[in-house]
Amino acid sequence: MGMTIAEKIIAAAAGVEAVKPGDIHTVEVDQMMSNDGTTHLTIDMYNQKLDNPHIADVKKLVWIVDHNVPADSPKTAASHKKMRDFAREHGITYYEGQGVCHQIMMENHVRPGELIFGADSHTCAYGALGAFGTGVGCTDYLYAMVTGKSWLLVPETLKFNLVGRLPQGVYARDLILTIIGKIGANGANYKAMEFGGAGLSTLTMSDRISMCNLCVEAGAKTALMEVDDVALSYLKERGRTPKHIFKSDGDAVFAQEYTIDLSTIKPIVAKPHFVDNVVDAKECAGTKIDEAFLGSCNNGRLEDLRVGAALIKGRKVHPLVRFLVVPASNEVYQEALKEGLLQTFMEAGAIVMNANCSVCWGSCQGVIGEGETLISTGTRNFKGRAGHADSFVYLASAATVTASAIKGEIATADML
Amino acid sequence: MEKFTGTVWVLGDDIDTDIIIPTEYLALKTVQDMKPYAFSPLRPELAGKIQEGDILVAGKNFGCGSSREQAPEVIKALGIRCIIARSYARIFFRNAINNGLLLIENDRVQEVVAEGDQITVTVNQAISHNGKDYPIVSLPENLVGIIKAGGLVKAMRKLNGLD
Repeated sequence: MGMTIAEKIIAAAAGVEAVKPGDIHTVEVDQMMSNDGTTHLTIDMYNQKLDNPHIADVKKLVWIVDHNVPADSPKTAASHKKMRDFAREHGITYYEGQGVCHQIMMENHVRPGELIFGADSHTCAYGALGAFGTGVGCTDYLYAMVTGKSWLLVPETLKFNLVGRLPQGVYARDLILTIIGKIGANGANYKAMEFGGAGLSTLTMSDRISMCNLCVEAGAKTALMEVDDVALSYLKERGRTPKHIFKSDGDAVFAQEYTIDLSTIKPIVAKPHFVDNVVDAKECAGTKIDEAFLGSCNNGRLEDLRVGAALIKGRKVHPLVRFLVVPASNEVYQEALKEGLLQTFMEAGAIVMNANCSVCWGSCQGVIGEGETLISTGTRNFKGRAGHADSFVYLASAATVTASAIKGEIATADML
Repeated sequence: MEKFTGTVWVLGDDIDTDIIIPTEYLALKTVQDMKPYAFSPLRPELAGKIQEGDILVAGKNFGCGSSREQAPEVIKALGIRCIIARSYARIFFRNAINNGLLLIENDRVQEVVAEGDQITVTVNQAISHNGKDYPIVSLPENLVGIIKAGGLVKAMRKLNGLD
């Protein structure tokens, strides 16, 4: 029987010929990413609960401080110090203030065919390069860090055949929100989401990262895309080579197959308080906003900043709105600086900030107050996600977020 | 077979990790410190009312969202004996098992229980409520072993002859 990409990666990591959904296998993990959201807990367990603590292979670890950067309180400063000191002591690859973990992983570490654990739910982003990225908690992380291994239940795969091309003014963000709306917030729970088809070749790496990144919002264990020339040239530009390029077999079994015609996608908004609560963006038009956020591992790349800058050039941020622009990494930041995009945002009255998770995770920069409304390119719109428990988050594309920042109310770019 | 009775608290679908423990409280030093804020965006009074041995009943996709392990930890710290939900988000599922928190998947009791009811759980067999039994499927042996040991780290210590 044929296998899917997810099954092939697990089979390779388990060192067996074939696997099938429902099997549980012990697997070798290729890389393990952890950030300042939970690494301090992993370190505490490592130091306090193990008799003979050791790291199986330090070269597999990448630690990234991105959630509260720079530290915003003595508590987070202490948590960062713990992480920094441990990383130095053990020689762990370490980034601080360089950008959001998943963007840094894509720019510097992820290779096709790898099995990667990340102590962060959006680790499924790595599927944009054909890697099996999956989110774990700190206990699973610790176990993999100490043994080099873990166990995985082989997931069923949902296949999405993409056809056609996105219309002008419609983005990958609208596409993935549409798909999540279609299958629901647990539509892919315990499953892998695989994307392929002729439509995939029309999507940039930035588009692909944005799509795979958000698949956890449909409950997916991982997201995987076929590795093509677009992915290979991204990899080559950064001096990396694939570990292995896997393709689903012709007779692979998918739990369900969907054909998505990209030309039918429209600008979408996910309303509070669930990512699958999606509507045509125009239905939300006129909803007053207090803050707009352009950034995050989902939508803070150069392509997104270009979209926003092109719209806001020569215009102004609405006087009653704070518009936060946060590049996803310093690589993105520097490119945006060279292209003059950041100057455009600042001239329009936006607040340009350092590369970090920012208000997307609702702990430090730009949190919103009671009764306030945020429109965001971030990952989630759960109740209280961006600040006060009684506040409202709408998710949309870079274009819709920027248009809304200008209008002071939810608006699509064609309404400017 | 292990059997226990507890008072039920009822929650809905898609109880996400930001509801279970909001981001702003993750910087608190211990899970004990986080306890008063559990479920606060949805029901600020709930954490103060939960007693040791109580049972949470919820709908589909419980624990969706972040990989923060403080979510199952804080539920366990509140004294919740087990969760009965229609389904769980997968990262939460692993994290709960790894912390020794019992999860039961069942989609019938939601229709019959009300908050404050008493139910009896016979692990890997059935949930009893008002004289009626609702069968539950068994968790795989290795996962039951992890829960019984009190979590993954403790299970590994046991396996390695350390405890």
